[in-house]
Amino acid sequence: MNLLAVPTRRDETWHYSNLEAVASVWPVQTEVIDVPAGTSIARVIVQDAATDTVAIRDYRVILREGATATFHVLNTGGSFGRVAIDVTCHSGAHFELGGAMLGTGEQTLEIVTTLNHIEPNATSNQVVRTALGGRATGSYLGKVAVARHAQKTDASQSVKAMLLSRTATANAKPELEIYADDVKCAHGATVGELDANALFYLASRGIAPAQAKVMLLGAFIGSVFDGIDDPAERARVEAAAQAALERLL
Amino acid sequence: MLKITDLHAEIDGKEILKGLSLQVNAGEVHAIMGPNGAGKSTLGYVLGGRPGYEVTSGSVEFDGQNLLEMEPHERAAAGLFLGFQYPVEIPGVSNVQFLREALNAQRKGRDEKPLSGAEFLKLARAQADALSMDQDMLKRPVNVGFSGGEKKRNEMVQMGIVDPKLAILDETDSGLDIDALRIVGEGINRIMRKSDKTVILITHYERLLSYVAPDFVHVLSAGRIIRSGGPELAAELEREGYAGVVA
Repeated sequence: MNLLAVPTRRDETWHYSNLEAVASVWPVQTEVIDVPAGTSIARVIVQDAATDTVAIRDYRVILREGATATFHVLNTGGSFGRVAIDVTCHSGAHFELGGAMLGTGEQTLEIVTTLNHIEPNATSNQVVRTALGGRATGSYLGKVAVARHAQKTDASQSVKAMLLSRTATANAKPELEIYADDVKCAHGATVGELDANALFYLASRGIAPAQAKVMLLGAFIGSVFDGIDDPAERARVEAAAQAALERLL
Repeated sequence: MLKITDLHAEIDGKEILKGLSLQVNAGEVHAIMGPNGAGKSTLGYVLGGRPGYEVTSGSVEFDGQNLLEMEPHERAAAGLFLGFQYPVEIPGVSNVQFLREALNAQRKGRDEKPLSGAEFLKLARAQADALSMDQDMLKRPVNVGFSGGEKKRNEMVQMGIVDPKLAILDETDSGLDIDALRIVGEGINRIMRKSDKTVILITHYERLLSYVAPDFVHVLSAGRIIRSGGPELAAELEREGYAGVVA
């Protein structure tokens, strides 16, 4: 995404960004990952930069025929933290994303994905869970573009956000651009708050409010990181997510 | 054990409890019966400290402490257990994790050492066995996909694990078939029928009382206890209905 000019509010994928923060680090480097036909890669991204910094991670992924990429993203650091992934799927490729955004204070966090299904039979599956406290903003922007001849594309997005304070903001923006006629594109988005009945039930069994909230939020983030194959890596990300959750309360 | 004096409580500005007084001592089982809308569940929630239930006057003393000043989790640590009429489903949190956190939080509140995973599992398995609950259900998310009867049995497993001083059981008998009713009744007796413990059974029907014999029966109507007596009062209610007794 080597744009020359600093993005503005009118740029669709920067609409909810902290543009002042973006300008302070512009231009950003894009890491290009070209996955050869029939092979697979897995990436775990833990964005836990210090609170007063700006962290933008920008990826361009090309999945050749039958290739697979699995991304797990924990986006929780920085005054502005952005993880953007632009994926091009060739025939029969598969892209998998498990993402969590955990923010509080004045943080602005975003996960932005663009899935370009340019050939037939490619699939993608994205699951993003967001929990926000304080005056934080968390945005998921997910575009799926299916080219005219990319038949049998199967793309799904599941996006859920939990607001822990009245001043937090969650944005969920699925965007489908489909030119083929034999495709499946599913998306679901919800924004909610912690279940008061469940909180009282936990309290009635002796669990203090802060711990009860951590338990419920842990369950909400839940299976996002289950797909990380390496147990040590998974434990590291889950521990970082747990620490981030405790910071929210 | 528990002394409720002239308790008034409201929800959304509507007064439900209107001067309720009740004293229960260690070693006793009390049944509170009454028609729909009398305030039975409200009494349970007020004693448990549910948000939204506002006490406007009166006092509740639990083991010499002012119960109304304690947070819900502090009440639990002090030995109060509220059995829910509708136990809450918590997706993503396993029964084992929930129960272990609960027990260790209570132990921490009492300055006791937490149980290790192995110690806890042994305790949980013994309680599940005693209530004929499948061990697999300990691993499943809390109450998710449980039948009505399984949820109530799970409440009793929880009660057995936290081992409270005072159990307030809100319609624990509703939704149970005859076998489950017997198992739950036996569970209540096994866990709570002790000289240092007290049970308050909130119920519509006499049938649970044939398994858990109460020492005292109270009739709650329009937010107050209007009659108290021995076990024979439950039989009278069953025979004549609330209308006959309340009139």
